[in-house]
Amino acid sequence: MTKPKLAVYWAASCGGCDIAILDIEDKILDVANFFDLAFWPCIADFKYADVEAMPDKSITLTLFNGAIRSDENFHIAKLLRQKSVVLCAFGSCASDGCIPGLANFYDKQSIMEYAYIKSPSTDNPNGVMPQPKTKVPEGEITIPYLWNTVRTLPQVVDVDYIIPGCPPQSNQIAAVVEAVIDILSNSKPLPPKGTVLGATDKSCCDECKRERNIKKITKFVRPFEIIPDPNLCLMEQGMVCLGPATRSGCGAKCVSANVPCRGCYGKPINIHDQGAKMVSALASVIDSTDPEEIEQIIGQIVDPAGTFYRFSLPDSILRRAQV
Amino acid sequence: MPKINIVIDGHSLQAEEGTYILQAAKEVGIEIPTLCYYPHMVPYAACRICAVEARNERGWTKVVTACNYPVWEGLHVHTNTPRVLNARRMNLELLLSQSKPVPVLQKLADDLGITEPRWGYGTDTCIKCGLCVRICDEVVGAHALAFGNRGVDREITTPFHLESEDCILCGACARYCPTGHIKMTDIEGRILHSELLLGPNAAITIPFRQAVPNVPRIHTNQCIHMKTGGCMLCAKVCPKECIHFDDQDEFEEFDVGAVIVATGFQDFDPTPMLQFGYGKYPNVISAIEFEQMNSAGSPTGGKIVMENGKEPRSIAILHCIGSRDQNYHKYCSRVCCMYALKFAHLVTEKTSAEIYQLYIDMRSFGKGYEEFYQRILDEGVHVIRGKGAEVVPTKHKRADEGDLLVRCEDTLISKFREIPVDMVILCTALEARKDASDIARKLNISMGADGWFIEAHPKLAPVSTTTDGVFLAGVCQGAKDIPDTVAQAGAAAAQAMKLMSKGEIMMDAAYAVIREEFCSGCKICNDLCPYTAISYDELKKISTVNSALCKACGTCVAACPSGAIVARHFTDEQIYAQIEGILA
Amino acid sequence: MSFEPKILGILCNWCSYTGADLAGTARLKYPANLMSVRVMCSGRVDPGFILGAFRSGADAVLICGCHPGDCHYVEGNYKCMRRIPLTKLLLKGIGIDPKRVRLEWVSASEGNRFQQVVTEYTEQIRALGPFKLSDWAFDPEQSDPSDNGNVAHALENQPVATR
Ligand SMILES: Cc1cc2nc3c(=O)[nH]c(=O)nc-3n(C[C@H](O)[C@H](O)[C@H](O)COP(=O)(O)OP(=O)(O)OC[C@H]3O[C@@H](n4cnc5c(N)ncnc54)[C@H](O)[C@@H]3O)c2cc1C
Ligand code: SF4
Ligand code: SF4
Ligand code: SF4
Ligand code: SF4
Ligand code: SF4
Ligand code: FES
Ligand code: FES
Repeated sequence: MTKPKLAVYWAASCGGCDIAILDIEDKILDVANFFDLAFWPCIADFKYADVEAMPDKSITLTLFNGAIRSDENFHIAKLLRQKSVVLCAFGSCASDGCIPGLANFYDKQSIMEYAYIKSPSTDNPNGVMPQPKTKVPEGEITIPYLWNTVRTLPQVVDVDYIIPGCPPQSNQIAAVVEAVIDILSNSKPLPPKGTVLGATDKSCCDECKRERNIKKITKFVRPFEIIPDPNLCLMEQGMVCLGPATRSGCGAKCVSANVPCRGCYGKPINIHDQGAKMVSALASVIDSTDPEEIEQIIGQIVDPAGTFYRFSLPDSILRRAQV
Repeated sequence: MPKINIVIDGHSLQAEEGTYILQAAKEVGIEIPTLCYYPHMVPYAACRICAVEARNERGWTKVVTACNYPVWEGLHVHTNTPRVLNARRMNLELLLSQSKPVPVLQKLADDLGITEPRWGYGTDTCIKCGLCVRICDEVVGAHALAFGNRGVDREITTPFHLESEDCILCGACARYCPTGHIKMTDIEGRILHSELLLGPNAAITIPFRQAVPNVPRIHTNQCIHMKTGGCMLCAKVCPKECIHFDDQDEFEEFDVGAVIVATGFQDFDPTPMLQFGYGKYPNVISAIEFEQMNSAGSPTGGKIVMENGKEPRSIAILHCIGSRDQNYHKYCSRVCCMYALKFAHLVTEKTSAEIYQLYIDMRSFGKGYEEFYQRILDEGVHVIRGKGAEVVPTKHKRADEGDLLVRCEDTLISKFREIPVDMVILCTALEARKDASDIARKLNISMGADGWFIEAHPKLAPVSTTTDGVFLAGVCQGAKDIPDTVAQAGAAAAQAMKLMSKGEIMMDAAYAVIREEFCSGCKICNDLCPYTAISYDELKKISTVNSALCKACGTCVAACPSGAIVARHFTDEQIYAQIEGILA
Repeated sequence: MSFEPKILGILCNWCSYTGADLAGTARLKYPANLMSVRVMCSGRVDPGFILGAFRSGADAVLICGCHPGDCHYVEGNYKCMRRIPLTKLLLKGIGIDPKRVRLEWVSASEGNRFQQVVTEYTEQIRALGPFKLSDWAFDPEQSDPSDNGNVAHALENQPVATR
């Protein structure tokens, strides 16, 4: 019997997700046993042409991490969609845009100019810019064309499941892997399309062990400004904790480490915009009815857009900054 | 109380031990004249007019004073013997020798057949009955009066003849002085009560004739008992023991299913409109003051008189004072034109005064109103189209002219006019009560910029408000007359009955629901609900909404960061779809 | 043709929606540029609605609630009063002029005021010009499918690296 085929791909991402998969300890051996690796550029040298040559739907499961921000990312996304039975948006970049998605606060031109000309560590007196196509004696070489706007995987191709997190927590990956092996080996039905795997329907607060009370915010503080009480809800201590507007699943990792949740698990299933929702929730519990005082209190939040959209700008209602 | 057998003028009767002849006689209907007696005080027997003859079975006899002679077993009393009458005559003549023949003494003299007192008349009016002193001591408890001097110089006075600091100005002494010797005077502006019939200023009154409930009440700031702990006469005379001095205002709470707001209006105060001289000239009065005077229960008994008590010869009625005025109320008060015409009619009925109506527009809109207007015209009332501009004192007035000059522009003849009148009635605007905003806030209903409460819909829900179960009736919703008020009140009552007769209410289908499976118990919503509909379930570690308390504002829905709360009928999906649809 | 802004109104049922109604019954004319959605209270306004409006083509969003202290639900409007300024900061952070969002208190009796606010705001937005939604839609056929051809490909004519 031929083994089911597994593909893992990284598009615009940091590589953390690939590491997270390897991080599932002895479960990785089950993966190796159960699956044939069809494509996983991070751990072995696969060629795109090999994938292109595969028959459609010949890959059983593709874990696709990384956002889509170049025509290469897009090409592989389409390709893997075509070749896979099940395509999973794996990790925050693929599902929400994540840190690469912060590029959406700018446009391509200003990013390029900064990266290649203006940044303090760059020495580029001629203002040389990477070109999509370059003629060299050997012929024309191309580099991937960078998009103006970072997209999430579900925005560009049809996706079956989402496994959120930056990166998805290894225990959650292990659980998903186990479930997949169980389903495939026992011919069980797949979960409904669109299901979020390795996370729950509630928010991070659900997993957070801290004591919480009626919230009345009179002042916002930044993490370095206080040593928070480890047992009390961070928001009640004036920290901008994105836990309430973030899907649970990580086990409240950051908050357990006395650091407010930054929102990497993305928006809970019923909300439309993580940033807007956080604005709504947080502002609602500001303890003032005086417009000036309110202005003064919210003024203490440094970079609200960057904070509230740290992981989800491409997945937000407007998808990017309007530049 | 043991009973004692006595006989008065041949009537055998049983009297209570310890009572005096005077009371016993009264019981069998025998009148004995008195001057210094007052039932609620210890008898003093100063005037000796109540002389009677007491006898026993053994023939003993003596003339005694009935007011303080106690009854004893076997007492026979004769009130009408020549001996008794002689004693009374003699005592009265002695009193008259000190006093002028004041009415009360004159009457007694007539009754006793004295035409020419033997010792003539005195010059005093005080007969030293001591009623005033005793009432101030025993009843009022102020101890402000006393007898001074001795013998012929004996007199009623305040200590050292100085103005008393203990006097509480109750007037009891003057009220009970039989001869009118004591008068209440205006002491340094402390006016006690005026000669005019300005109504009862007793400390206990029925507020006005139609008062509901129609029972007297004590004005605590006037009541003697409240000041000195004395008096309590009202309690002594009330046979049913209804007087409770310790009663306090009480706050009661009722559970009700519906509230009808019918708080009405207040009168616009025309004092700031200096041009009309209200508050400056006593005969410039407001419409409500006219209504008060005209009422049969008023101090004038319904007579229309000026400040000096005389009937006015001419009256100007000025419309739209404070209404239809950019500086005060822009709206029309709706009732003034018609009540002004009514006033004219009433004045014509009661006096022969000339009446001038000064109006901007005559708004006789209702059923039968235009006909009434015609009738008023036929009654000879002068109607002038032009708003009264000012009221000034008449400078060079002729004998038959009034003191006040009303100036206006008669726009029908394009002439400036000055009309001398005796009295001016200002038809002041109906305006929202100054506490209307408190009511609005308490009941959570809306109030317009003019202060009237706003109905849920001008045509479709004219008596409802935006708060379920709260209805509007009458002027509190906008100026209107009595027929309209009553109609609206009927509708409001019907709406309230509708609610009550069902005994249950239909809940709005719109309310918030927390879906357990999505709530993470972050508690962000917990303090947001103004109706405390949200509570935290410690066991399940989630929040829940009590749908009976929820009023569907949606505040918690917008705030819930995990999207666990759904506003039924105002869901996120519905609103996003509307936004998309409407902008498409 | 002059630019006709599209303004989304999110109106509280009890005050501004009624105020708008009053403006209507009083035959007060206000610009047709306002398209209104009714919510029960300004406290229902989720900042997401504002973003949704911009995505759906609005040039501005006007939120109206009862005057502070007069909210039918006692204090829903205070929640709105807190959310809108933070929403404006969020908008500023994503490059949207905060002037494109306005919060006004209009009571049920202020038909006049409603008319004034709408008229004035329409003029303000007309002067500000249209809101252009950048790069929202995704068209896989475009050479840069991320921007629908909006971005001038100026970078392509830059100097070439010399090795
Ligand atoms: C001078 C004058 C003459 C008029 N003549 C006529 C006429 O001839 N014919 C006619 O049809 N109409 C006339 N009107 C109009 C008429 O007075 C009103 O239509 C009528 O009084 C309205 O009744 P209402 O019950 O709405 O208000 P109101 O009569 O003002 O009654 C409201 C009541 O509520 C009480 N109240 C207020 N607040 C509270 C509270 N918080 N708690 C408890 N109680 C409260 C007030 O004390 C008052 O008793 C006249 C009005 C004026 C000013
Ligand atoms: S807001 Fe943050 S700290 Fe507070 S309960 Fe939620 S996750 Fe925990
Ligand atoms: S706490 Fe928040 S930021 Fe941290 S891992 Fe969990 S979801 Fe990510
Ligand atoms: S007025 Fe009253 S208190 Fe004063 S002296 Fe007379 S009875 Fe006494
Ligand atoms: S705000 Fe939402 S998630 Fe938080 S406790 Fe309330 S219902 Fe639950
Ligand atoms: S919708 Fe409003 S009334 Fe209902 S539970 Fe939420 S906050 Fe309370
Ligand atoms: S009035 Fe005061 S005791 Fe009767
Ligand atoms: S009901 Fe109007 S703002 Fe709350």
